[in-house]
Amino acid sequence: MLADYSILLIGAILVNNFVLVQFLGLCPFMGVSNKLEAAMGMSMATTFVLTLAAACSNLTYQFLLVPLGLGYLKTIAFILVIAVVVQFTEMVMRKTSPLLHRVLGVYLPLITTNCAVLGVALLNISKDHSFLESLFYGFGAGAGFSLVLVLFAAMRERLTVADVPAPFKGAAVGMITAGLMSLAFMGFAGLV
Amino acid sequence: MRKVFDFHGGIHPAENKHQSVRTPIADAGIPPELIIPLSQHIGAPARPVVSIGERVLKGQMIAEARGFVSVPVHAPTSGTVHAIEDRLIAHPSGYLAPCIVITSDGQDEWAEHSGVSDYQKLETADLIGIIRDAGIAGMGGAGFPSAVKLSVKSDTQIKTLIINGTECEPYITADDILMREQAYEIIEGTKILRQIISPKETLIGVEDNKPEGIAALRAAAQGTDIEIVTFPTKYPSGGEKQLVEILTGKQVPSGGLPSQVGVVCQNIGSTVAIFNAVVHGQPLISRITTVTGESVHEPQNFEVLIGTPVQYLIEKAGYQSEKNNRLIMGGPMMGFTIPDTDVPVVKTTNCLLAPSETELSTPPPAQACIRCGMCAEVCPASLLPQQMFWFAQGKEFEKLEEHNLFDCIECGACSFACPSHIPLVQYYRASKAEILQMRRDHEIAEQSRIRFEARQQRLEHAEEEKEAKRAARKVAAKQRAQAAEENGEEDPIQAAIERAKAKKIAQQAGAGEESELEKLEKAVVSTSKRLATATTKLEQAKAEGSDLVGALQTGVDRTREKLTAAEQALKDGEQRLGTHSAEQPPVDAAQAAIARAMQARTSEASLSPQEKARLDLEKLQHRLQKSQTVLIQSRENAEEDKVIDALESTVARLTEKINAVQQQLNAAEDA
Amino acid sequence: MIDLLTQYPLFAALIALVGLAAAFGALLGFAAEKFKTEGNPIADEINNILPQTQCGQCGYPGCRPYAEAIANGEAINKCPPGGEAGVQALADLLDLEPLPLDEEHGEAKKVTTVAFIREDECIGCTKCIQACPVDAILGAAKQMHTVIISECTGCDLCVEPCPVDCIDMIAQEESLKTWHWQLPDPVSRRVDIIASDVVFSDAPKDRAA
Repeated sequence: MLADYSILLIGAILVNNFVLVQFLGLCPFMGVSNKLEAAMGMSMATTFVLTLAAACSNLTYQFLLVPLGLGYLKTIAFILVIAVVVQFTEMVMRKTSPLLHRVLGVYLPLITTNCAVLGVALLNISKDHSFLESLFYGFGAGAGFSLVLVLFAAMRERLTVADVPAPFKGAAVGMITAGLMSLAFMGFAGLV
Repeated sequence: MRKVFDFHGGIHPAENKHQSVRTPIADAGIPPELIIPLSQHIGAPARPVVSIGERVLKGQMIAEARGFVSVPVHAPTSGTVHAIEDRLIAHPSGYLAPCIVITSDGQDEWAEHSGVSDYQKLETADLIGIIRDAGIAGMGGAGFPSAVKLSVKSDTQIKTLIINGTECEPYITADDILMREQAYEIIEGTKILRQIISPKETLIGVEDNKPEGIAALRAAAQGTDIEIVTFPTKYPSGGEKQLVEILTGKQVPSGGLPSQVGVVCQNIGSTVAIFNAVVHGQPLISRITTVTGESVHEPQNFEVLIGTPVQYLIEKAGYQSEKNNRLIMGGPMMGFTIPDTDVPVVKTTNCLLAPSETELSTPPPAQACIRCGMCAEVCPASLLPQQMFWFAQGKEFEKLEEHNLFDCIECGACSFACPSHIPLVQYYRASKAEILQMRRDHEIAEQSRIRFEARQQRLEHAEEEKEAKRAARKVAAKQRAQAAEENGEEDPIQAAIERAKAKKIAQQAGAGEESELEKLEKAVVSTSKRLATATTKLEQAKAEGSDLVGALQTGVDRTREKLTAAEQALKDGEQRLGTHSAEQPPVDAAQAAIARAMQARTSEASLSPQEKARLDLEKLQHRLQKSQTVLIQSRENAEEDKVIDALESTVARLTEKINAVQQQLNAAEDA
Repeated sequence: MIDLLTQYPLFAALIALVGLAAAFGALLGFAAEKFKTEGNPIADEINNILPQTQCGQCGYPGCRPYAEAIANGEAINKCPPGGEAGVQALADLLDLEPLPLDEEHGEAKKVTTVAFIREDECIGCTKCIQACPVDAILGAAKQMHTVIISECTGCDLCVEPCPVDCIDMIAQEESLKTWHWQLPDPVSRRVDIIASDVVFSDAPKDRAA
């Protein structure tokens, strides 16, 4: 039992990392990784959204859509769920840390359109996960996203002060770095 | 054997100490001119208490301490105060600073001074007072006032007193030679300090590269419970926090002081100075300075007077400037290049290093950081110099403070270890300065913000008060009107306003002669009133016998004249206006005047030349009369000659005119 | 009920989605009430960074109004007394691009200045006292006016109102007290290290070594 969930987590965090292996959720990955504090705030917000959205989506699917035979509506329903969760997160963040809310700016509501979030919800259905499994999968996705986002942000901070040739400065060297990180993460293949 | 601990990091540069300990301490002698800066210590600069031209004796106080964290300055030898002005000092900026310049007279005459041989009887406060008055600051290089350092708060428990004889920096041997030659004084000084601090244990820490010094100290300390502790040589063991860790195993907390772990440190040179001050009554006027380096022919230690110009001192050691690439005050790790050899030796000058190019070559240009981590390995404060370097470059001051930038002791071990020759300490110094400047700016900005907000409040208050007053006045007026209505009384202010309005309307509308007549009547009335008041005042003054009697009398006379004139005018007016009442009344006073003038002219025109001439004559005679009266009056009052002359000429002119008219009249009558 | 709905799938879909939306809407409405925020705490943090000279060069009557404007989206490069460092600090705080200082609002001053009234020429009109935003000028009507140097922020607002033009802005002198270490020159790293890269035109001392 525990082994199953551990494998699920390891798979979501490292082996099939959503950002670097499955290439989902690249928008906030490139957009919010300039500053480490912003990246940490963003990663926590996304993890929260992922976990909650995965759980709610699963419940919605199991108890509303399937009994009514409305399985084909899952995409719309999941988007609805995700939008609500993101809106809720935004409200909480504005209350607790207005500066972070200001810093994240438009990327916070853009979590709604983060393909990783919808991806997790849909993957849960396609993999036939139970509620608990969905929860863990969502959390694992979030944790993997956070790990990679924080690492990338730390590297980008160093890159801003480093001696990068002029044509490569900024996003260009960021992309190259992301590519190299992706190569590194593909080394986990076959672990699980 | 006492257990010694170790601190993280540290380096082992070549010691190069043997060159300067071959000979004993030499006396540097008395230079012709001594330049004594007023600030040779941490804290407020001293304030001069001598004047230019004054003769001072050796050891005399020439500048007093200003405030608690400050020390006085004394004359190192007898002589005359030549100037108190800005001079070049040994500071990396190259700026000038206020100094007292003394021309020595060669006699080296001491001022009156006496020590206390049995200092055990003295109170701690008295001992600290003697130390403060002697101008003793930390002579290991920091320059912190010793009296302040020893004024430990009563609630802090000091367990260990450490005398710092480490002298870890290469080339410097001032403390070493002091140990060899003045071990007795060191031990006695330690005893005095022990009496002040009352610690549980007293240690003298010495590195193991000074065997002779250790032996001398041990011999002198026999019988006392002062422990001489030796430990392996490593740079920078002599740093206060590092020494505390070596000898006690305790680490001074970040941003804290050794007293927080129950330790007080004092430099060995300061200890000797304290001994001299207490026992012999001698203030701090000289120190041991090492002069060494390949450009110096005879490297040695000197006992040098504070304020001796560096040029004088290095020449004594056989300085060869052509070999020297730069002259350093301090050691090779923590010293700085001095701008000119005209700078003076100060209380914190422990060494003058004159290396040749091969000995201490110009550093090669810095290359890129290769992230090797050597700097972090050698940092004695367990910091991360590599990270701090990146943040310093990117000016990320928050991150720098998070990495404990202010715990850096600027020892230079990281720069020494860096394979890319990056001058790391420069980055930290610059960053520290910028952060401190930002903090200061922020405080000033806060002040401005508070003042601005106070001003806004003040203006708002003023506005509110004005509004309140306006409202109150309105309310009061309403109340008065109400009260007036209720009581049937006239509201006095309102009545006055209405009266004024009526008057204005009457003036503007005004039946010409009637208002004019009224005016004349009023004039008479008011003038008579004025006369009455003036007379009463005069009576009063006469009764009091005041000086104003004369003036008041004149006033009364003039008013009486005016009254008669007014009454006359009234009569004339009544007459005139009475005659012309048939005519249409003019609209206002100006119109009336114009009408009058026109009337006069027409009546004149109707007159025959004779009558005209007669009228003219009358008028002129009237005027002459007036002028004559005025002339007589002014002559009586002895007015200025100018006035009298003017009046006389007027009288003369008028008389002429009268004659002319008279002639005309006669001619007309004859014709 | 369920059977009814499964018979009419369109109806079921409609009800399901509308029901979901309504439920979530209610939840969000409740949350909006619970997590209401008052005031604008960001403006406080921005105001903390601004230099508080209250000079008005940014176009706003004081630093606090500009801070609130920035919180509402105003450009961050309008404060000359803050200089480039100020723009950078604001950019860091708000995670915006650091723009170059908007020269339209005045140049960033190289040195701090303080006002100085030439007392021989002062006529005691109090116009400068009314203009000073931090009350740094001491004086009263028909009495001598003078500037309290420690409070003067160098904002220049007093110079214009003076009818006899007796106010000078004097730069703070650099001295031992204002000197501090500077960062080493990073350009020194851009040096030709490989000997063969350098053209030897003169004696070896021309080489960077």
